[in-house]
Amino acid sequence: MGAYLLKRFLNYAILLVVATNLSWLLAVTQLNPRSLYEISNPPIDPISIENNLRSRNLSDQVPLSERWFTWSSSIILDWNWGQSPRGGNVGEEIDRRIWVSVRLITLGSLLGAGLGVLIGTWSARRQYGLSDRTFTFLALLGLSIPSFVIANLLQVAATHINDITGTRFFEFVGETGAHGTWLGAQWLDRLQHLLLPTIALTILGAAFFSRIQRNVMLDSLHAGFVRTARAKGLTRSQAINRHALRVSLIPTSTYFAFSIATLFVGAAFMEIIFSFHGMGEYAVQTIQGHDVHGAVATAAFGGLCVLTGALLADFMVAWLDPRVRSASTSHSG
Amino acid sequence: MVETQTKPKRLLLARFLRNKTAVVGLIIIVTLIVIALIGPWLSPFAYNDVDRQAYLKPPSWQHPMGTTQSGRDMWALTLHGLRKSLVIGLVVAILSTSIAAIVGAFAAYYGGWFERFSLWIIDLLLVIPSFLLIALVASNSAGSASGGASSWWLLVLLLTLFGWMLSARVVRSLTLSVKQNEYITAARYMGLSGPKIIVRHILPNIASLLIIDATLNVSGAILAETSLAYFGFGVQPPDTSLGTLLGDGARQLSSFPWLFAGPATIIVLLILSVNAVGDGLRDAFDPGSKASGKG
Repeated sequence: MGAYLLKRFLNYAILLVVATNLSWLLAVTQLNPRSLYEISNPPIDPISIENNLRSRNLSDQVPLSERWFTWSSSIILDWNWGQSPRGGNVGEEIDRRIWVSVRLITLGSLLGAGLGVLIGTWSARRQYGLSDRTFTFLALLGLSIPSFVIANLLQVAATHINDITGTRFFEFVGETGAHGTWLGAQWLDRLQHLLLPTIALTILGAAFFSRIQRNVMLDSLHAGFVRTARAKGLTRSQAINRHALRVSLIPTSTYFAFSIATLFVGAAFMEIIFSFHGMGEYAVQTIQGHDVHGAVATAAFGGLCVLTGALLADFMVAWLDPRVRSASTSHSG
Repeated sequence: MVETQTKPKRLLLARFLRNKTAVVGLIIIVTLIVIALIGPWLSPFAYNDVDRQAYLKPPSWQHPMGTTQSGRDMWALTLHGLRKSLVIGLVVAILSTSIAAIVGAFAAYYGGWFERFSLWIIDLLLVIPSFLLIALVASNSAGSASGGASSWWLLVLLLTLFGWMLSARVVRSLTLSVKQNEYITAARYMGLSGPKIIVRHILPNIASLLIIDATLNVSGAILAETSLAYFGFGVQPPDTSLGTLLGDGARQLSSFPWLFAGPATIIVLLILSVNAVGDGLRDAFDPGSKASGKG
């Protein structure tokens, strides 16, 4: 098993390096940091523009190979991902933003997956019943609404509730706001700010995971080992909870591993709508702001997340599933 | 002979018709397509007409869905956006499912270095955060003078480039099992070439998957374009799509809700219907898998 995971890991590492270099090539050819300086009023002296760009390795007059060498060697030697066109170190910015994203995503994705598993299991046990059909339709609806539409509608609804009740219960700008000095006030304030994006992420997650959990659960409900468990004298609930549900959680948790990875960039809508200054917002800002190094570093981070998710999924299957665990000697992928 | 050939199709139809959600979805899709096609005759205004007497006006008799900041009629814009979104969805779906079918089937049939190479490319494209790279290229073309007319084609190509990999993997694994059948061996011994075997014998056998996949790719592509458009990386003005309209409308949702309500309703109806039809097709083709999620 170890050798297999190591081989996967090496393959992923090579993929990530190639993907990062491709992103760099694309960013360098598609973005134009010079335009940021040229539109300034009063106009800046062209020589000083050039010097500015050169000092940040962003000048399009330097040969591509030279720029690539500067860029890649500073990453390899100093773990320095470069500077944005307006100054500011890309790496430091990302270090700070990652944690904003983590705070935004964690609660919502866990609640979404948990609720999804509950709904999916419930639906599968009552296949084609009224509640199953209702939940199936709601999940389909949830997946059919663009996520920013959900977030925007929540925001409007929250504004109305605030207006009607005359309170500021729903907060939707940033991570923190004005709060009292009593013990726990700060935490309550953070939770209030998290409430709306968490609801939006929970809706999306529940829609996605309830469909997966329902499918997997239906498969395992009809599996031989559940019938064996019933034959041994377990009640239907016991057989389902102890056997069918456990097995069905394996594929669902691998999906969860994958989804966490993509959420970092995918939550860009929530970050922009609810003014969280995280990775998703950064991704969009770097592209709009012709920030070559920022965009490449974000792309590399996104790739790293996907690979971590994939590796985590590989690992989870190997760890959770006794069938794979015992067959590890013959497992070759 | 004729009897045995029509029967499976009739069974398929019967199974599809049993799924009420899918049937309603199909009716909605057909209605939306018809509305999109005859759109220019449904509105006295063209989508790029400017009514100088009505800037940012709420819905009225003259402008049933109101007007935008620049005095364009929302109803005409929504019809045009619907047409553009449908075209983007359909073209991307057909192209990416075709690429997936060809790459997946050839990789599995021939194996060897070609298979390893294809799988590596697939992995690579999956690792690259597609959303970022599409945004990168689209933002550049949006800034340049050549935007507008040509930019949506670029968008279609980019969405296709990053949209075929997962389906190609599924096609590959299905082809691997179809390849084991005796009739494939028989065809090979009769001297049929590889590409002919793939086109005549393998692809028809996985057609059900391809049809379902193409259907779900339609909604996927429309949603992807919508997401890009929200950040201004989608179809560029003066041209418009449902995504571009939604992106603009979302920013002024609380003050001018009519800019948002129409396109939002239409796009949710459209995506919901396409997904429902996809689910219905899956159930009809493969009643054994009670599946309703692509994962």
